[in-house]
Amino acid sequence: MSDTVDKERGSEAANPKDAAPADGSAGGGDRAVDPRLLVREQGFAGYLTEFKRKVRGGELGSLPVVLGLIIIAVIFQSLNDSFLSAGSVSDIGVYIAGTGIMATGIVFVLLLGEIDLSVGSVAGVGAAVWAVLSVTHNVNDWLAVVIAIVAGLCIGGLHGFFFARVGVPAFVVTLAGFLGWSGLQIWLMGTEGSINTPDSSVVEDLTGYYFEDIAAAYGLALVAVLAYAAALLVDAKRRRGARLPSRPMSEILVRTVVMAVVAFAGAYVLNQSRGLPLALVLFLAVLVIADFAVRRTTYGRQIFAVGGNAEAARRAGINVEWVRISVFGIAGMLAAFGGLFIASLSGGATKSLGAGNTLMNVIAAAVIGGTSLFGGRGKIWSALLGILVIQSIQQGLNLLGMASEIQYMITGAVLLAAVVIDSVSRRTQKTAGRT
Amino acid sequence: MAKETVLALRGISKRFGAVQALTDVDLEVLSGEVIALVGDNGAGKSTLVKTIAGVHPIDEGGIEWEGRPVTINRPHDAQDLGIATVYQDLALCDNLDVVANLFLGNEARHASILDEITMEKRAMELLETLSIRIPSVRIPVASLSGGQRQVVAIARALIGDPKVVILDEPTAALGVEQTAQVLDLVERLRERGLAVILISHNMADVQAVADRVAVLRLGRNNGVFDVATTSHEEVIAAITGASDNAVTRRQARTDKEAAL
Repeated sequence: MSDTVDKERGSEAANPKDAAPADGSAGGGDRAVDPRLLVREQGFAGYLTEFKRKVRGGELGSLPVVLGLIIIAVIFQSLNDSFLSAGSVSDIGVYIAGTGIMATGIVFVLLLGEIDLSVGSVAGVGAAVWAVLSVTHNVNDWLAVVIAIVAGLCIGGLHGFFFARVGVPAFVVTLAGFLGWSGLQIWLMGTEGSINTPDSSVVEDLTGYYFEDIAAAYGLALVAVLAYAAALLVDAKRRRGARLPSRPMSEILVRTVVMAVVAFAGAYVLNQSRGLPLALVLFLAVLVIADFAVRRTTYGRQIFAVGGNAEAARRAGINVEWVRISVFGIAGMLAAFGGLFIASLSGGATKSLGAGNTLMNVIAAAVIGGTSLFGGRGKIWSALLGILVIQSIQQGLNLLGMASEIQYMITGAVLLAAVVIDSVSRRTQKTAGRT
Repeated sequence: MAKETVLALRGISKRFGAVQALTDVDLEVLSGEVIALVGDNGAGKSTLVKTIAGVHPIDEGGIEWEGRPVTINRPHDAQDLGIATVYQDLALCDNLDVVANLFLGNEARHASILDEITMEKRAMELLETLSIRIPSVRIPVASLSGGQRQVVAIARALIGDPKVVILDEPTAALGVEQTAQVLDLVERLRERGLAVILISHNMADVQAVADRVAVLRLGRNNGVFDVATTSHEEVIAAITGASDNAVTRRQARTDKEAAL
C-alpha cells in the first residue's frame, strides 16, 4: 500500500510539470495557437476549415434542412411551375404563421427534453375563447384576443405545475390535456359548432392583412439585414477589444450577404403578390423575440441547463420548477396565439380546430428543423425551417392535386428522414468525440 | 498566512426516517488548509457535506461561520456564505459549453441579458491562473475528458470567490495523469488561501495533498489526524474501526478500573 503511495506521489510530482507544456503552449500571457486546440484560425480560410471539420464531425446544424428545402423546391417546381410563383410563395408565408408559432412553443418544451401533446387542443381552446367572447358576448375584440392568449398561458402553466410540482410525466399530463381541452373546446363552442370570424375583426386581419406598399417588405428586409450586420460587427468589435477570438471580417461579410439575398429575394417575391403579410411579420417577431430570450438571456440559459442536466441546474441554484412551469406556460401561450391564426385562415373557430394533424405537424416541424428530442440542443429558428419544409410539401402536393392521404405519407417519411439524419449525425459526433 | 477557522460544525446530527446518518459530528475547517474527510461507505461523508452545502438541513447542532452562528437551509444560503461544492457527478451540463458551465447560476449580465464577452474573458483568466488547459472554452463539456471535466467543475466552484470549497470524490474514476492534474489544482486552491474539504476514498490522494484528515465512522467522529505525523495505518484503522476490537476494549476497561 505504501508502495502505491510513493508511486502516486512520484507521478504526482512529475506529471503536472510536464502536463502543462504537453497540453498547450506553456504559461504566460500569450495565447499562441496550439495545433491541438480547437480555436479557429483567424481569417476566412480558418472559417472554411472549421466548417469542413464540423460537417465531417457530424455537426450538420441546419444544413440538411436547407438542402431539403432546396430539393423540395426543385422537385415541385419541375413538376408544376407555379410552385415558386409569387402567389404560391406568399401563401406559404401566410400558412406557416399559425403552426410555426405553435412549433416555436414546442421548441421551448423540447429544449427542456419534454413533450407537449396538448398544443393542438390548446390552440382550439384559444380560438374558441376568443370567438365566444368576441362574437357571442360582444367583448372588445382586442380584449378577447388577449384573454384567449392568457388562457393558453394559464393552461400551459397548469400542465407545467402538474409536471414540475406533482411530478407526473409531461407526456401523460399533456395527453390528459389533449383530451380534456378539446372537450372544453367543444363545450365552449356549444351547439353552433362553428363561429365565423366577423369582417375586419382583429383575428380576421391576422392572416388577411397585407402591407401592400412595396416599401414595407423592402424596408423590413433592409432593417433586418442592417440589424443583423450591426449585431455581428458590434460583437466582433467588443470581442477584439477584450482580446478574444472573434469572427473574421470576411465571415461577417458572407453572412450578411447571404442574409441580404434571402431577405430581399423574399421581399421581392412577396411584393409581386399581395405585399408583406402581417401573419409573416408576427411570426418573425415571435421567432426573433424567442431566439433572443433563449440565446441571450439568463432565462434561456436556464432552459438549456435544465434540459441538459436538471440536477446540475438545481445545484447551481436555478429554480428548476419555475423554469419548467414557465416553459409549459410559454408553449400554451404560443399554442393559443397560433390557434387564432388557424381560426383566421379557416374563417372561424370550430369544434375541430386544432384537431387532426395539427399537433403532429407542429411537433414534426420542430424536430425536422433540427431540435433534439432529448433536450438541451436546438435552435428557435428550427421552428421556421421545419414548418417551411412541411408547408412546402403540402403546398406542392396541393398544387399537384394529390389527396391528403398522400400528404400524410410523405410528411411522415420526411419526419422519419429528419430523425434519421439527426440520429446518424449524433452517432458521427460521438465517434468524432463530440456530442 | 495565518490559518483561521472559517467554518465550524458543532454536534451535527441528521436523520433520514429511521436512519441516523450523522450523530454529534464536529468539524473545524481552516483557511489555507486542505482537510480530508474520509470514512467507509455509509460513514456519512456525503451526508455531512450535503448539510454544509445546504442540500439537507441539519436536525440538531450548530454551524459557525467565521465565529458566528449561522443556519444553512438551502443551497443558496451556503453559496451566499461562500461555500462552494463540487459534486462527484451531476455537476456539469453536458450540452453547455465551458463558459456557460463555469457561470451557470451566476452569469455576468446586464439586466437579464447575458454578457458573454465578460464571462468568456473571466473564464480564460480563471483557467489561466489555475494553469488549466482545455481545448477551447466554447466547446460543449461533453467533448472534454473526465479529468478536464473535473477540473472545469472545480474551476466553476471558484467563480463566486468562495472561502470554502468542498470536493466530493474529485479523483474517483480518473486515470493517474488526470488525478495528478486534479490534485495539483487542489494544492493551488490552498495556495490561494481557500479552505478545502476533500472527500476521498483514496488514501494516496489524501496523503498527497491534505493537511489534516477527519475520519467519520458510522456517522460519528472517529478522530482527526495530522497527515504529516500520522501513519497511513492509523488512519485506515480509524476508518475501518480496527482499533475498536476485543483487545482494545479490554484494555480500556482495565485502564478504567485501574484509574478507579
